[in-house]
Amino acid sequence: MREITLSQAVNEAIAEEMRRDPTVFLMGEDVAEAGTPFKVLSGLVEEFGTERVIDTPISEPGFVGLAVGAAMTGARPVVDLMFGDFIYLVMDQLCNQAAKQHYMSGGKLQVPMVLRTNLGATRRSAAQHSQSLQAIVAHIPGLKVALPSSAYEAKGLMKTAIRDNNPVVIFEDKLMYQDKAPVPEDEYLIPFGEAAVLREGRDITLIGTSSMVQVAGKAADILANEGISAEVIDPRTIVPLDEATLLGSVKKTSRAIVIDEGHQSYGVTAEIASRLNEKAFYHLDAPVLRMGAMDVPVPFSPALEDLTVPTPEKVADAARRLCAGEMIHAA
Amino acid sequence: MTAAKTTSKAKAGKSNADDYLRMYRQMVRIRTFEDNANQLYLSAKMPGLTHMYSGEEAVAVGICEALTDDDRITSTHRGHGHCVAKGADFKQMFCELLGKEEGYCRGKGGSMHIADQSHGNLGANAIVGGSMGIATGSALRAKLQGSDDVTVCFFGDGATAQGLWYEVMNMAALWKLPVIYACENNGYSEYTKTEEIAAGSIMARAEAFGIEAHQVDGQDVLAVNELTQKLVARARKGEGPFFMELTTYRYHGHHVGDINRDYYRSKDEEKEWKDNRDPIVRFRGYLVSEGIATEEEIEAMNAEIETDATDAVAYAEKAPYPPANEVDMHVYAD
Repeated sequence: MREITLSQAVNEAIAEEMRRDPTVFLMGEDVAEAGTPFKVLSGLVEEFGTERVIDTPISEPGFVGLAVGAAMTGARPVVDLMFGDFIYLVMDQLCNQAAKQHYMSGGKLQVPMVLRTNLGATRRSAAQHSQSLQAIVAHIPGLKVALPSSAYEAKGLMKTAIRDNNPVVIFEDKLMYQDKAPVPEDEYLIPFGEAAVLREGRDITLIGTSSMVQVAGKAADILANEGISAEVIDPRTIVPLDEATLLGSVKKTSRAIVIDEGHQSYGVTAEIASRLNEKAFYHLDAPVLRMGAMDVPVPFSPALEDLTVPTPEKVADAARRLCAGEMIHAA
Repeated sequence: MTAAKTTSKAKAGKSNADDYLRMYRQMVRIRTFEDNANQLYLSAKMPGLTHMYSGEEAVAVGICEALTDDDRITSTHRGHGHCVAKGADFKQMFCELLGKEEGYCRGKGGSMHIADQSHGNLGANAIVGGSMGIATGSALRAKLQGSDDVTVCFFGDGATAQGLWYEVMNMAALWKLPVIYACENNGYSEYTKTEEIAAGSIMARAEAFGIEAHQVDGQDVLAVNELTQKLVARARKGEGPFFMELTTYRYHGHHVGDINRDYYRSKDEEKEWKDNRDPIVRFRGYLVSEGIATEEEIEAMNAEIETDATDAVAYAEKAPYPPANEVDMHVYAD
């Protein structure tokens, strides 16, 4: 099978959906000729023109607000938010407006829009361009949240997001834009709420999101050399969450670590770990561990920044101790 | 001001007399709706609070009478007037105010979130200025679609202090979007005089983006309607966006519970607006003096509307609440 980058996968997904459905359009800062700073959208303006690939002023609340209104009146906007950190700028439009219209109107209004943005530290971009804020939007009823972990997921989830009748936030890992993966030439969609079991194992379940799927996979490699068999699962969407697959795995392995690049406290890892503790308690041989980013603003200095995120070694170490029966209480 | 031409879509072929009587009727319907809503609050029959539109009727009616059902509006926390003027039904509105299943939003939105999509009302909004993006996005949709639908964005003077307005005006002006920003300047930003919160001129803020701005007496329904018809016709041709500042007055407090308000405005001032500038009294006098309606006809119309409202309130009071299984319905669309 051919291999393409995550960036190309996103580009292909949007282009295919724009060809299929004339109500789909793109807007955001420098999405047209510039194709975004990460060049993810390069070439789309040439095919679809500036009517459907719209460069906006640097006005995040403004253009997200426009997207909400356009979505409520029949369009399917895909909005580019250049950095995930800018979610804080658009909270009212996203959480008070987009997320609530369907419910507040008793089901009459819909907001079929996609907010595509990114996450991920260790790019030496400091505290305001490195955050992983998926937990913040996942907390809001009415929003769906997708976290692609490779080019394959990025394409299939984006196409599903564009066809969904709800506001969907997709976080791409900005360090993975150039990572290649096998992606079929033929059209495919990845349904929301279906986790992928990437590697089967017996002794422990490693649940990773986005960039942390790779970390979990590398940790599983380390553990395999030591005779510990780790199962690796990617939920792919955290809203909706495929609880059944996660619970099935944990009931089999009896141990789990949840890894996500958001801050550990009150985060995605806490939510998933809590559900596993509530619903698989008697199957567990150890407490479910959370491994998120440290609860500090992301530091600039490489010497400090690399300390803040989960690594394969840290995950493997925690897994080793869990499997050895050590009741550790924090990763 | 010269007489307005009717827009291509609106009311062609009907006489002015019919238009005028309908405008009067709609203003009385708003006032009557609000009087009944206020009574529901005072008699502790309504959950929560609500914000009265009384006194501002000529703004909503003058504007919405220049629109068709395909044209859209976004509304505010003080939104009952916009909702009625855009064609909503009393029963479904009162049911919504009382949190009943038959309400416009199945009781899930309440006074501050009534939406009536069938008449182009994209909904009231409880965040001050919160719908400015939605209205502008609705206009962007019309432009991308190649339709000539116009969107009117209602907001108050208080909302002019929100940054969102400046962001969306910039884009609306850059892209010539068919949106009309209608600022209902009732002189008060909640419990504070507008002059204490607004530096410079509100008109000039729109003009700074190259947006044509107009000021109009918001107590004169014909003046509002004439101006709106002209601007709507031009917006349909791609000459938008536009800005209108409508000077008006809020008879009640910020909300129904804001009873003792001497600390921010005087009873004399309220009396002056009610006695000498009431939009309904003023227009009624005009209709009679022009021979469009007799006093008897107007009294009969008023009585009929009062009966409609009383019946709708009684209906809503008896109507069932949504069943418990509704609570987690409509979080996500299928």
